[in-house]
Amino acid sequence: MSAGTQGGGAGSRGRPVGVWEACALIVRRELCLSFRRPDQLLQPLVFFLIVTTLFPLGLSLQLSLLRDMAPGVLWVAALLSSLLSLDSLFKSDADDGTLEQLALSGQGLMVIVVAKTLAHWLVTGAALVLVSPLVGMALGIPTGAFAIMMVSLGLGTVTLSWLGAIGAGLTVGLKRGNVLLSLIVLPLAMPLLIFGAGATDRAISGASVAGALYFLAALCVFTCTLAPFAATVALRINLE
Amino acid sequence: MKTATQGLCVEEVHVWCGDRHVLKGVSLDLDVGELLHVSGPNGAGKTTLLRVVSGLLRPEQGAVSWFGRSISSVRGEYQAQLAYASHEPALKGDLTALENLRFAVGLKRRVTAAELGSSLERTGVAACADLPARVLSAGQRRRVAMARVLAMRASLWLLDEPFTNLDAAGSDLMTALLLAHVHEGGCALVVAHHDLTLGCTMRRLELAA
Repeated sequence: MSAGTQGGGAGSRGRPVGVWEACALIVRRELCLSFRRPDQLLQPLVFFLIVTTLFPLGLSLQLSLLRDMAPGVLWVAALLSSLLSLDSLFKSDADDGTLEQLALSGQGLMVIVVAKTLAHWLVTGAALVLVSPLVGMALGIPTGAFAIMMVSLGLGTVTLSWLGAIGAGLTVGLKRGNVLLSLIVLPLAMPLLIFGAGATDRAISGASVAGALYFLAALCVFTCTLAPFAATVALRINLE
Repeated sequence: MKTATQGLCVEEVHVWCGDRHVLKGVSLDLDVGELLHVSGPNGAGKTTLLRVVSGLLRPEQGAVSWFGRSISSVRGEYQAQLAYASHEPALKGDLTALENLRFAVGLKRRVTAAELGSSLERTGVAACADLPARVLSAGQRRRVAMARVLAMRASLWLLDEPFTNLDAAGSDLMTALLLAHVHEGGCALVVAHHDLTLGCTMRRLELAA
């Protein structure tokens, strides 16, 4: 290593790492970490499956009653199970000091927040969407409504991951922040529950779902654009 | 005090932690090719100073500049030339030593596995490259963290107690790495509560409790 490479700084060390490259690297890191811990990866999914299948067992065996309850049950279970893994979104990195390394990596903190939240959605939200037909069958939702159910869950879980990122950023410095995290995120998720369950309900009864889906999409776009800023600021405050 | 435009300059930095006045007007300057040893008793604010210099902590008063420009205005550029090793090794237990390095260094610059391997070799932990960090001893983790600093090829090293958990050979290696870095035109700010004896000109800053 010559003096030039040492003292010359970024210019002599080749092209700087681009934002997309950095994003991809962080997503890979997060996925790698998730798959090394399959128990933690599967917990929210198994929780989702068990909670939703408990309802048909606990309620009477009337299919019509089950169908009426299905959208609400599905959405509440999805909400709660995606909360399960939110606590560790930034906290595990903050605890072992790797968050400081990420923050000093030369990439903006927002790149890190976006990449980590995306990875979080991939291992929880996207996975929930994929197993939701199984739950739909258990709850007696007609197969014709599966597509709408999955689309609405997809939009909903992206929004949830972003709301969760704000909460996780705010509570990263707390020792036992997961209860507070739930208290922050759950009220914010109410519109999501109303319109998400509404869309699924209307799909089951065969009514038009456009209104509810548009609203879910609007919420999704709204959080995707503004939540990265909020989560980044929350995290920065807690890093100091 | 001379004005350091050739490196790092910290001017009259004050930091409060709640009611506690941790840093009381600390000033320092560090030119290229220089090494600064920051010492002081526990609680004197050594780590706080390092966090301020790294840009992780914004001081309530005072300024930190790099080549004459405030570090907050050249954040990305400054961070690209900075390698920070905190008191803890900052490794992910579930990732191997090599993966830890790849994900941390890869965000700073494009790096090949061979380069990372040679960094691990320089710090004497090449055999641990494919082991998960959680099975490594504290000293080995410290060496992996040092390999990360090497692989970043940064000009400014900020090291918090780098000699902790190292055996005699590890301490000698650490000293040699610091010397080589300084001779190659880099600069380093080393926080250590004990005396440092290196074979080069070393400036000292003693923080009072």
